[in-house]
Amino acid sequence: MAVESDVMEAAGPYDRARALSAFKLGDITFYWITRACAISVLLILGGIIISLVVGAWPAIREYGLAFLWTQRWAPSADPPVLGALGPIYGTLITSVIAMMIAIPVGLGIAVFLTEICPLWLRRPIGLAIELLAGIPSIIYGMWGFFVLGPFLANTFQPFMISVFDGVPVLGTIFAGPPSYLSLFNASLILAIMVLPFITSISVDVFKTVPPVLKEAAYGVGCTTWEVVRNVVIPYTRVGVIGGVMLALGRALGETMAVTFIIGNSFKIQSSIFAPGTTISAAIASEFAESDGLHQSGLILLGLLLFVLTFFVLAAARLMLLRLEKKAGN
Amino acid sequence: MTDLSVSVSSASGPVPQPALPEAAPKVTARGLNFYYGEHHALKNINLTLGTNRVTAFIGPSGCGKSTLLRIFNRMYDLYPGQRATGQLMLDQTNILDPKLDLNLLRARVGMVFQKPTPFPMTIYENIAFGIRLYEKISKSEMDGRVEKALRGGALWNEVKDKLNASGLSLSGGQQQRLCIARTVAVRPEVILFDEPCSALDPISTAKIEELIQELAEDYTIAIVTHNMQQAARVSDKTAFMYLGELIEFDDTNKIFTSPRDRRTQDYITGRFG
Repeated sequence: MAVESDVMEAAGPYDRARALSAFKLGDITFYWITRACAISVLLILGGIIISLVVGAWPAIREYGLAFLWTQRWAPSADPPVLGALGPIYGTLITSVIAMMIAIPVGLGIAVFLTEICPLWLRRPIGLAIELLAGIPSIIYGMWGFFVLGPFLANTFQPFMISVFDGVPVLGTIFAGPPSYLSLFNASLILAIMVLPFITSISVDVFKTVPPVLKEAAYGVGCTTWEVVRNVVIPYTRVGVIGGVMLALGRALGETMAVTFIIGNSFKIQSSIFAPGTTISAAIASEFAESDGLHQSGLILLGLLLFVLTFFVLAAARLMLLRLEKKAGN
Repeated sequence: MTDLSVSVSSASGPVPQPALPEAAPKVTARGLNFYYGEHHALKNINLTLGTNRVTAFIGPSGCGKSTLLRIFNRMYDLYPGQRATGQLMLDQTNILDPKLDLNLLRARVGMVFQKPTPFPMTIYENIAFGIRLYEKISKSEMDGRVEKALRGGALWNEVKDKLNASGLSLSGGQQQRLCIARTVAVRPEVILFDEPCSALDPISTAKIEELIQELAEDYTIAIVTHNMQQAARVSDKTAFMYLGELIEFDDTNKIFTSPRDRRTQDYITGRFG
């Protein structure tokens, strides 16, 4: 100790000032590097928006708002006729069906994991869910193409047709010639892909329910189902909705797997077993061979998707914020 | 020591109450043991909760009071690794029977917790919820039951104009009375209070103590408390627990004036705890 202090004194005040200024330089560098990193995100985001708008401008000028409700997509006509209704319809329908499947299943898994599951089974299932999130989307696409598609076309659709044949609305939804590539196939794959989002966020928010609140519900004689329905879900409603929104954002934008299995048909058909397309699938399958107005139209499609997912994610963020506020109180 | 015993006796009322006649047993524990995994938390508990009597459980933190209470409605069943052995009877029902319908047991043995736990729904629904689990009744009948329960919880006059407000909008004391009303609404036979006033201000505490004494006319009550004056004020019998054992169990007056065990004496006079 004494030796050290001697050394310090011997070093003198001059060296010390220099050492401090070196620290200061490091500090300033660090400050600017981190700041540059943070700002670059804003620049990239702004750049993407600007280039999208610029690229889409010819199409916006040519088609205007009618782009949104024109169904015909004929890029090789002269002049090309482009309408986004088919991809918009496909995007919304596949996402809605995917959510209709993924929400109940995802919540069911979350409830099982947090309320019912024996401890030893909790880790394997939790791990499987995480792995599900880690599978590259192209693999889902291949599986949908080779396994799910044939099963749906050869087994599931004939069954649905035989059950609902002649029923007014449902009959039309399931009708049509069997096709490996269909809106429903894409919806199922999307449902599997977004399942981990819903489950993991729900598990997290379910864990925020105070044990004593659940005990109180058990204390008036509730069954586990009644506790979940009347206490856990209402208490975590906002967080669960936030998770669902994140999943929806993913479903809206998912490209590769969907492009593989949706059939890329711009025609809107009433049957969910018919091929269709989504915004991202349309862009992915046509962009490489497009030019001029066609390319501009595809970029405009991209801009639409961007706006759509932006609103969905903003809504999700808002809801999660509200949840945090509630938890803070 | 002297001034403490004075405050205790003044708290139990100016006139020492005569000991109540022995009540019919409602809950009977014989050789009851409880384990958290390997930890032996309750050791050979023998006691009886008398019908329509208030029994207070006192003792230093970690002595097993709350644990004991949570056996009475099998709340510990929610958590793996916790188990009870011995005999515990609610009238003729064996509470520890693994085949027992827990929902029915918990309807018979209600519980009020340390912190107010209103459900995330309206005041009306907080009460109606529990009733609906067991009975299908008409809207008007339900209105009557909700009002009766809220009156039972001494809350009706404060909330009758805002039954559709969230249960969470009430003050802490009101929330706790809402929880009591909710428990009463299910028409239990036994009500367990786990430190019901520890999160409340003195005025709310007084209201709840008053309520507990009124409830004793219809229900058998067990209350865990850290507040010895409270035990002296509300209970007919007091059980002193220490390190998982039931040290002394007797009429409240006796426990607070002439405890038999040295440890009880030390605890109620504030030597430890």
